[in-house]
Amino acid sequence: MRNLYLISTLFFLATCMLRGQAFTVYDSFSELEDRIREVDHNTTLVINFWATWCGPCVEELPCFEELHRNYASADFQVLLVSLDFKSRLEQKFIPFLEKHQLKPEVVLLADQDADNWIPKIHPDWQGALPATVVLRGGQRALFPEKFEHYEDLEAFVLNFVKSVRKATNMGCKGTR
Amino acid sequence: MERPFRTLILLAGVLLFYSAGTNSDYYVVGDKAEDFSLRNVDGRMVSLADYPDARGFIVVFTCNHCPYAQLYEQRIIDLHRRFNIRGFPVIAINPNDPSIVPDDSFDEMVVRAREKRYPFVYLYDSTQTVYPKFGANRTPHVFILDQRLVVRYIGAIDDNPETPGAVRNRYVENAVNALLRGERPDPDFTRAIGCTIKRKR
Repeated sequence: MRNLYLISTLFFLATCMLRGQAFTVYDSFSELEDRIREVDHNTTLVINFWATWCGPCVEELPCFEELHRNYASADFQVLLVSLDFKSRLEQKFIPFLEKHQLKPEVVLLADQDADNWIPKIHPDWQGALPATVVLRGGQRALFPEKFEHYEDLEAFVLNFVKSVRKATNMGCKGTR
Repeated sequence: MERPFRTLILLAGVLLFYSAGTNSDYYVVGDKAEDFSLRNVDGRMVSLADYPDARGFIVVFTCNHCPYAQLYEQRIIDLHRRFNIRGFPVIAINPNDPSIVPDDSFDEMVVRAREKRYPFVYLYDSTQTVYPKFGANRTPHVFILDQRLVVRYIGAIDDNPETPGAVRNRYVENAVNALLRGERPDPDFTRAIGCTIKRKR
């Protein structure tokens, strides 16, 4: 019972509810890994790495909102992973979320040991923000800069999904 | 039947992995860097050749506006104070285009360097021709060169931007100490979160 209380308190602390805008703090990259692992083989997961202090990131956020609006479903998820500073949560991050009321899922990744986790996201990413990774069926594609237009983002994601589907279909034929 | 299938998978794999660039486009560890001539905040032009007694250089691409650069500002000052006397000065270079980030203009660099009493040179890559040769892709991004200008380390300053007190690996400090002992830095390449370099459009 005491454990349950502790767990629920921790959960409450980790998941801050703000007038319809929830976000989760991941102190360790392993939590993000678990979140990625939850996603099944036929689901597309679009992860955008951003921060409120990063100008180009904030500029491209509406593209991800639009992608979410147009495609979000059980097998298409958009995840906004912020690299904001935990020490500036109250002053910067929460007010930003309150103002912008982002619709996609928001996570704050506070794991500072970036050299350890950046290559696990994609071997070609060196850590400059923004960056976007699309995952599906064990495959992933990286776009290590800002999307200038919504159409660029949409095309990048759809082309990736198409190529993964094609490869999967080939696999079925090959094993027959 | 199996071979074309495998080739296709391989091709798909190659297509899927969007690469940031190929290694030959810019320096990797072991490459010899070209000297440059850039304007310092005091107005004079500075080259690496101006340091005949240097045993190497801590080249840091950094800027005024980026919060990560600001988090590391004091640590960059400390690196210079610690290693300049041992022959490894910090050479700070701002690679950003001020038409995109006005805070990173030359005039603002002069103000920042004066306010924070930078003990190192703070150079302006006004034509944005130096940072692409190094392959700098964010601020701050460090390149340690040895006496012969061979790149010996590329990456982060340490492993904790937000909390200096919680740092476990002082990558740059360890790398310079290794070079001073005549050893190879290990690691010689690290990744870190940072601000993209703002290219002129």
